[in-house]
Amino acid sequence: MAPGRRGEGLLTPALIFLAVLAAWEALTRLRDIKAYILPSPSAIVRRLQTDWPTLASNFQVTLAEMLLGFGLAFVVAMTLGILIAHSPAIRRGLYPFVIASQTVPVIAIAPVLIIWFGYNILPRVLVTALLAFFPLTVNTVTGFQVVETELVNLFRSLNATRAQIFFKLSLPTALPFIFAGLKVSATHCVIGATVGEWIGTDRGLGHLIVLDTAQLDTPRVFASIVLLSLSGIALFLAVSVFEWIALPWRHGHAARRPLFRLLSQRILRSRKTMAAISEKEA
Amino acid sequence: MPSGAVELSVEDLYCSFRDLQGHPLPVLAGISLSASENEFVAIVGPSGCGKSTLFNVAAGLVLPESGSVRLNGVDIAGSPGHVAYMMQKDLLLAWRTIADNVTLGPELARKPRSSYRDRALDLMRRFGLEGFEHFYPSALSGGMRQRAALMRTILCDKSLLLLDEPFGALDALTRAAMQEWLLDIWHDFRRTVLFITHDPEEAVFLADRIYVLTSRPARVKGIVPVSLGRPRSHKTIATLQFAQLKRQVLDLVWDEGADALRGRLGPEGPPAAGASRENR
Repeated sequence: MAPGRRGEGLLTPALIFLAVLAAWEALTRLRDIKAYILPSPSAIVRRLQTDWPTLASNFQVTLAEMLLGFGLAFVVAMTLGILIAHSPAIRRGLYPFVIASQTVPVIAIAPVLIIWFGYNILPRVLVTALLAFFPLTVNTVTGFQVVETELVNLFRSLNATRAQIFFKLSLPTALPFIFAGLKVSATHCVIGATVGEWIGTDRGLGHLIVLDTAQLDTPRVFASIVLLSLSGIALFLAVSVFEWIALPWRHGHAARRPLFRLLSQRILRSRKTMAAISEKEA
Repeated sequence: MPSGAVELSVEDLYCSFRDLQGHPLPVLAGISLSASENEFVAIVGPSGCGKSTLFNVAAGLVLPESGSVRLNGVDIAGSPGHVAYMMQKDLLLAWRTIADNVTLGPELARKPRSSYRDRALDLMRRFGLEGFEHFYPSALSGGMRQRAALMRTILCDKSLLLLDEPFGALDALTRAAMQEWLLDIWHDFRRTVLFITHDPEEAVFLADRIYVLTSRPARVKGIVPVSLGRPRSHKTIATLQFAQLKRQVLDLVWDEGADALRGRLGPEGPPAAGASRENR
């Protein structure tokens, strides 16, 4: 294991980010670009500070829509994914509609949702879920379909029940795909919540962006964008952390054990393990 | 070592699949074989002859058209869970540690964890997996993975083991070591073994009796009893007796290979498959 790897992996993007910020700042100052056309990074940060109460209260609303939409998308996608993967009849009957749902422009359907469900959080959550459920559904279906026939046969030869095959074979096989889908969905949630707020609401960062754009308050538009982007990144990272915990076998050779068991383990065993590894590698 | 009592008896087994055009494709055409208690029986046949189908039927995964599979007198055709089946690939579950992989059988049988867990950990050394209990399969070499798969098969606690070319994917040296080691394990654990291989030498080295199968549809071409004493080691391979037995098996296999080639080249193929074959 190279301990420096992780640090190096972060260093390069951090340097690039700083370089871009510096160039941006320099450009706006040297060419004297007006703030309503392109605000400098420092102006955006200042705006984040001065308008924090307004931004924060709107951010809360958007964040709630994102998370609720993400949750709804997760429930719908898992249900659909499992049904589609396990029943050819449902696959033939439902999958075309799942795909068709993605060809309907979300911006076009959002006003209709408001007519149906009124001026409340529900239409925005639905728009978010509508954007987020698709990648997760497709990945879930794929995950359940890549289960090897030979492994199913092994389980069957051991007289496993359908439930055992699902929970001990299909689900663990599908999990890496489900997490891949969740990561894409997480980023879609930001788009869904923002776009949902462009139509028919008086709250949220999406709504604030519409207002500020009309008043050429570009620095605050950028401040909103920064917050939206950060929340998307945070959601993505949250999924990644959860994946790291749920799939230990994807990134390590040995199982992580709970601390209390780890302490009770004799040091001897780990010595033996190290010896065995070096033997294997030699 | 075999005690004489017949444990497994397969009688007049017929099985066929449908090819892409929907024509029936006979795979097993009246196979009969038996294995006594604690006997090591090898099954040798050309690749694609239906050996694996025979095992799938014996494991209860595929229903035969006719014929019977009896284990200690009870017909087990079409009912899984009576025998321990090890397939060509090691089929270890990537998300489970070795300890959790090898105990899959008792776990699926819903036995209490305490009844098998400690025993499994104790046996790790015997299977050359000591120190790797809590490792994922990705950390193991091919030979170790195969040993783990065999350990899983043995821990299913069935008296009959079906081993389908378990060492087929290993390099020659690892393979030779694994064969000797398998005989050791077999001696310790006392099971009846059916062992599929396409390697006559492997069959002679391991088995008490060898069934040579014809190419598809599979029938029994001949039976070779292996009179070599036990324990056997790599030195056994260099003896004259070993060479003669290997020759006997090879003759049956080559004879079959030549027949199959003639059948494929000549105008008269097998009558059932002949018509559909010419359409292709």
